[in-house]
Amino acid sequence: MHKKATYLIPYLLWIGLFVIAPMALIVYQSFFNITGHFTLGNYEQYLTNGVYLKMTFNSILYALIITLSTLLISYPTALLLNRLKNKQLWLLLIILPTWINLLLKTYAFIGLFSQNGSVNDFLRFVGLGSHQILFTDASFIFVAAYIEIPFMILPIFNSLAELKPSMINASRDLGANSWQTFRRVILPLTMPGVKAGFQAIFIPSLSLFMITRLIGGNRVITLGTAIEEHFLVTQNWGMGSTIGVILILAMFVVMYLTRDRKVKGGRIR
Amino acid sequence: MKRIMTILIIVLAICGLLGGINYRLNAQTNAEGSKVLNIYNWGDYIDPALITKFEHQTGYHVVYETFDSNEAMLTKIKQGGTSYDLTVPSDYTVQRMRRAKLLEKIDKSKLPALKNIDSRFMNLSFDPNNDYSVPYFWGTLGIVYNDQYVNANQVQHWRQLWNPRFKNKIMLTDSARDMLGVALITQGKSVNTTNAADLQAANEQLIKLMPNTKAVVADEIKMYMEQNEAAIAVTYSGEASEMMANNSHLHYVVPSEGSNIWFDNLVIPKTAKHKAAAYAFLNFMLQPKNAAQNAEYIGYSTPNKAAMKYLPKKVADDPQFYPSEKTVAHLQVYRDLPLKVIGKYNDLFLQFKMTK
Amino acid sequence: MKKWRISNLYLALVFIVLYLPIFYLIFYSFNVGDTMDHFSGFSWRHYATLLSDSRMISIVLNTLIIALLSSLIATIVGTMGALGIYSAKKATVKNGLLSLNNVLMVSPDVIIGASFLIFFTFLGFSLGFGSVLLSHIAFSIPIVVLMVLPKINELPKTMVDAAYDLGASSWQTLTKVILPAITPGIFAGYFMAFTYSLDDFAVTFFVTGNGFSTLSVEIYSRARQGVDLEVNALSTLMFIVSLLLVVGYYLLGRYNQNRRLQRVKAAEAKINQ
Repeated sequence: MHKKATYLIPYLLWIGLFVIAPMALIVYQSFFNITGHFTLGNYEQYLTNGVYLKMTFNSILYALIITLSTLLISYPTALLLNRLKNKQLWLLLIILPTWINLLLKTYAFIGLFSQNGSVNDFLRFVGLGSHQILFTDASFIFVAAYIEIPFMILPIFNSLAELKPSMINASRDLGANSWQTFRRVILPLTMPGVKAGFQAIFIPSLSLFMITRLIGGNRVITLGTAIEEHFLVTQNWGMGSTIGVILILAMFVVMYLTRDRKVKGGRIR
Repeated sequence: MKRIMTILIIVLAICGLLGGINYRLNAQTNAEGSKVLNIYNWGDYIDPALITKFEHQTGYHVVYETFDSNEAMLTKIKQGGTSYDLTVPSDYTVQRMRRAKLLEKIDKSKLPALKNIDSRFMNLSFDPNNDYSVPYFWGTLGIVYNDQYVNANQVQHWRQLWNPRFKNKIMLTDSARDMLGVALITQGKSVNTTNAADLQAANEQLIKLMPNTKAVVADEIKMYMEQNEAAIAVTYSGEASEMMANNSHLHYVVPSEGSNIWFDNLVIPKTAKHKAAAYAFLNFMLQPKNAAQNAEYIGYSTPNKAAMKYLPKKVADDPQFYPSEKTVAHLQVYRDLPLKVIGKYNDLFLQFKMTK
Repeated sequence: MKKWRISNLYLALVFIVLYLPIFYLIFYSFNVGDTMDHFSGFSWRHYATLLSDSRMISIVLNTLIIALLSSLIATIVGTMGALGIYSAKKATVKNGLLSLNNVLMVSPDVIIGASFLIFFTFLGFSLGFGSVLLSHIAFSIPIVVLMVLPKINELPKTMVDAAYDLGASSWQTLTKVILPAITPGIFAGYFMAFTYSLDDFAVTFFVTGNGFSTLSVEIYSRARQGVDLEVNALSTLMFIVSLLLVVGYYLLGRYNQNRRLQRVKAAEAKINQ
């Protein structure tokens, strides 16, 4: 293209000032200990202290569960939304709940899930008795998935919307049943959307905080919780940055694994 | 393209409109002149009526900004870029700020009303001589229990929390100093210990509390207790008073063997630009009637001795929030420890939280 | 027919769950009492408190201005960035840019906020409206890029080439061919950027100053005293306004489309006469 340099200036400026500079700052800080001396100790502590490795493992596990359950709920939703008449409006309505403050929604969930909350009232009403819902893995994963669902539906919905009806008709004409059409045509063609959703959810899920405390009661501790604590409570910015560096590395790995392998040609149109 | 341009113009127009309204809104409050006072306080930690009263009395316009933790506030003040005239750190943070030379020395000749403060709460270890800080509120760490599930005599002392009958019933405060402090007190140690062996032993003790622990939470603890989510909680007196206002089954105990006593204090940061206004506000808040009004609104204990007689008798005589001399004598103030030791506290506490 | 019913039931269930906490908040905004666990009677009291709280109203206006403006600028910069990434010839450059683009998406807010704070104070930038606006633009750009890029990737190369062959300048190609084709992506990007901006707490907290505050910061710092129902009342009002806006915007779009269709039909009818 022509004159690409000029219109790219703001974007490159942004990358330089707000991505590379802060990232360099984090890497730099990860080499200092709590008293401000240069050290490799943070990395050493991360790798040798069982607590952090266990935390990393837990975070990955929970993030996977959250992402997969979000996907499981979102894909059918996106598929069904796409068949509705006013689908753009419905999509907007899916996103609308994200405009309400997260802390408030979390408080609402606490109200819903508490011992005397609406959900337990309902369970008692249908004769199942009351249960401890808060501070369980299930409630934590539920609320995390709740937060992420709109961010998964959107990319899948978009890739479904681009699907040409002629493709599906062709598949039908060639004698495929609905399942085969879905499996062989719809699913492969919407994979980019699924991948985008996966990227948009899995990595932020590694660094969830707040709801790990409010809903999970700190029984679940993710890397995000640890970073939050090191920056805000313990003021150990070095260790916090070290975990931050690990997260950024994890992001690069995930990006690599979910990269678009068919960027150059080869794409069926 | 036309659609994009239309939307662009609409958005800009809306911004202009909102900005205009906002300007008018602030212009009304700004009308009193350019005398300004910047206060940086915890969210909802002052009776707004008092700010209005102060503005009317003195003609200063108060700009009020909020934070949600000592450490977050400290970071902001340390980094600069802002200039607050007053802020409200807790005890150990006062010490830390003093050490980092972030605080302006208070000229006591300009604070005649300082004499209203109870002498018990002056000259404390975090600020001997009160050269830098004026006590704002104080309180304790203690046990809140719900009388529907627990008898009063089962929770008078810290060690009773380890009772196996409280399995999965206790909520703890998400704070390394507080929780290790509880374990240290049960073992007869100081909450300011720097001895590694003591800390290790305290942490082992704390880990034994895990089976009884339902959750480790922060501010939300109030909401949970009000909703009868847990039978027992370890929390601050200020929080306790709020939950008790909303749930009559809750009661608060300060274990007589000792606990932490905390202070939130008004201080003037070095970067302050309106010091005269800051002194005017300090004197205003030290007036017994104002201090009492604020204490009634917030529900925390006031260090203002002269204010006590303006408080409802029920409040002033409540041993839960104004404990006896004897109990107060056993209470310990947190000192700001060397960073390495604080790191140790935090590592141990993280280890505790990671135990299943 | 039966299948249709099950699928609708599923959708209804998803919507119910998505809106359940919001209706819960709205319900308790009418509570006489002060807490969200026990409804003791109907009252407008929290709305009255809200309307007389000029500080809160000012904060809401600030929040909206920041969200609208930052997402607008982020959309412009992000779209340009997406075009740049698209036109990068080498795969390594493309992937490199994309990875850098995503760094802010994955970094925890606290880290972003703290490093922006250090950055601004290092430059001697005064904290307040400007620094908050810049930060919101900064963390919204990547999501815009992620929303716009797929749309550009779908553009048939032949279309752009055809435009050039027909003698269009690069500006004409951009405004007449590329932008119209990727408009849905741009709108989606704006929408998401707006969402991110409204919801952000940690970054704003660090980079704000001099009396400037946004709704999230205010709500979080009130947590120590328990969020009062005035905030519920506020959220209810904001929810209703945004619902009206979304539906209104949609109906307007439909109306325009219908009018256009009618015009086309009328024209066709004329030709056929």
